[in-house]
Amino acid sequence: MNMPVDNAALDALIRQRLDEILPQKLEEIRAAKTPSMTIIATKGTLDWAYPPFILASTAAALGWNVSIFFTFYGLNLLKKDISDLKVSPLGNPGMPMKMPFGPDWFKGINWNIPNIVQAGIPGFESVATMLMKQTIKNNGVAEIGELRGLCVEAGVEMIGCQMTVDLFGFTRDDFMPEVKEYCGAATFLPMAQQADVSLYM
Amino acid sequence: MNFDKELDAKGLNCPLPILRAKKALADMTSGQVLRIMATDPGSVKDFAAFAKQTGNELLATAEKGKEYEFFIKRK
Repeated sequence: MNMPVDNAALDALIRQRLDEILPQKLEEIRAAKTPSMTIIATKGTLDWAYPPFILASTAAALGWNVSIFFTFYGLNLLKKDISDLKVSPLGNPGMPMKMPFGPDWFKGINWNIPNIVQAGIPGFESVATMLMKQTIKNNGVAEIGELRGLCVEAGVEMIGCQMTVDLFGFTRDDFMPEVKEYCGAATFLPMAQQADVSLYM
Repeated sequence: MNFDKELDAKGLNCPLPILRAKKALADMTSGQVLRIMATDPGSVKDFAAFAKQTGNELLATAEKGKEYEFFIKRK
């Protein structure tokens, strides 16, 4: 026995019920999901080591699932010993050049040293790095090794780009044993697709 | 305000106060209160966001000169 169906009335009813039910249902689904973040870390200097590890450790503290994909110069951040990371003021006009010691008026001076002079002084990068490390210490900012350790401890997944490992002539033995896997773009992209936040650094 | 544990995060900068607080809370039981002292001006907003996101309740925030005090109740 077939009942005559009034599709228009049925659709209207479904729409009305969806409007009532859906917002709460979506909110429940959102609340039940653990947020996730994927980061691509591409830089291997002391200054640029901070953004991925700061965001990853903080996200982990907020209860998020985090993965960092280290590629190109970013692979330097996975090396067993990262105490030799350097910062270069050369060709970096955004970097203030201030002294981390002395009286306040002295610390306030921004030393505008021309690139050609910077390039001509042997050991200029080492000195700049030493000064930067002192500034980091003075300001209560974490050392990069400590931040990386906190990331590992909090379960942040460290992933190495296999192609760059080969390209730069590294071996897996150069890197910390906590690296979860070595893979390529085809593995990373589906992870990024599922993530709520995906950042390139 | 009564508290069960204290965390001195003075002199520490972003994100260390949050990370240390997260660690301290992990060692506590539900309902216990953590008192945090910090000097990072960014920590005022950061602890509010941390509490909202993790479900640990921020009971109170106080500012004394350049020092900040937070009371967080473990979820």
